[in-house]
Amino acid sequence: MTRSPEILLKGCAHLGEKTLFKNLELQVKAGEWTALLGPSGSGKSTLLRLIAGLATAAEFDGQIQTDDQQRLIGRIGYMAQQDLLLEWAKISDNVTLGSRLRGEIWPSERRDKIIKAVGLSDKADKLPSELSGGQRQRVALARTLLEDKPVILLDEPFSALDARTRADMQDLAASQLAGRTVLLVTHDPGEAVRLCRNIYLLQNEKLVKQTPLAPPFPKPLDDSKALALQAKLLMQIRAGA
Amino acid sequence: MNSAFRSGIAAMLGLIILWQIVVTLTGVPRFILPSPYLVLISFIENRGLIFEHTLVTLTEVILGLFIGIALGMITALQFEISPTAKFFLKPVLIFSQAIPVFALAPVLTLWLGYGMISKVTMAVLIIYFPVTSAFHDGLTRTPPGLIDLAKVMQAKHLRLLFLIKLPAAVPNLLSGIRLAAVYAPIGAVIGEWVGSSQGLGYLMLLANGRVKTDLMFAALFTLGFMSMSLYGLITVWIKLSFKRFETH
Repeated sequence: MTRSPEILLKGCAHLGEKTLFKNLELQVKAGEWTALLGPSGSGKSTLLRLIAGLATAAEFDGQIQTDDQQRLIGRIGYMAQQDLLLEWAKISDNVTLGSRLRGEIWPSERRDKIIKAVGLSDKADKLPSELSGGQRQRVALARTLLEDKPVILLDEPFSALDARTRADMQDLAASQLAGRTVLLVTHDPGEAVRLCRNIYLLQNEKLVKQTPLAPPFPKPLDDSKALALQAKLLMQIRAGA
Repeated sequence: MNSAFRSGIAAMLGLIILWQIVVTLTGVPRFILPSPYLVLISFIENRGLIFEHTLVTLTEVILGLFIGIALGMITALQFEISPTAKFFLKPVLIFSQAIPVFALAPVLTLWLGYGMISKVTMAVLIIYFPVTSAFHDGLTRTPPGLIDLAKVMQAKHLRLLFLIKLPAAVPNLLSGIRLAAVYAPIGAVIGEWVGSSQGLGYLMLLANGRVKTDLMFAALFTLGFMSMSLYGLITVWIKLSFKRFETH
């Protein structure tokens, strides 16, 4: 993995007549987790898609920069709310999808090591349909890890999981993705507080940076400061609605 | 599957009984509508002849299916590989469907002769469009999330097509193939009607001309049985072999 860059996004976006956000400045710090928190429809996924270089319905007027002045294309790993597994392909083939799509070869030891790290060694030859929701999202994480990219974009990847599996996945992702520049889009203040050094709240066309908690991350589930911040954020979201 | 099979058998038996009742009650002449019993006798008496012609039609249908499905798949893939090909060929393909394939049968016989080639071509023409259209539909309807993922992963165009779009389109292709199994015998028989000296379509015309209505019905039922068996076999094959491609 190359050095993780810092990303700075500035600009405004419109969806037809509606303004999604204006004069926005989002700083995704190098090597840290940043949360983009906001209610549904606030435009947080649009921001993530803009950074990922994916098509959006919104019209964006602004710029996306990195501190090393290099393009982001090819340096991004992406996880979405759906696990996006190929139902017809074995778990091991799903994990190596990126290399196969680019026509590259991959060291099979590294693949096996990553599958082991997410706890699915005994499932490598199974099809996704034989796995539970949590296990499927682990495969998606393994697929992202094998890509070994310095920038990771997470679009609510844990929101479809049950509470226990979600907490497990958060811990696993936090340990496996440490040291990378991670942008986590979520509507769950608890998740943002647990995992992220930097928290932005996108609401009513504005982006507001929150006072962060001190490391280490992820926070224990019963951390009183984290719980207090979670409550504060939730109240802020409700007040803004 | 099993219950559908049983209800099919029951419906068939019911129809045959109804048919026998109509023939008995109305006293309709046997050259207009022979009784099921007479048809069965004719089938047994002419089984060698019917088998011989069935083999011809079956060969035409199977060849037509293979070639038609292959051409349909190649065309749909070509549309995805080359936008230029799609731009020029898709309108032609759609326009060609405005011409009833049946109307082409005499021309095909004129060009390709009375042999098997013109019948296979008819079967190919009749299944080419449904296969192409179903498969291409599937290729263009890949879940957008998978396309996003592939884009972030910087997928190569052809690899995206063969590793994601094609497998994701398999269920559509399979419904196209099921349709093709139904249409292909129609194409082959129409070809035989227009001009041939072999096949079940030919046998039906021949029997009709000689007022051997019972033989005509025997050939007709053989054709129906052949088509249904083909459809059934293809359905079972699809169920057993392509389970993992079903959408979840």
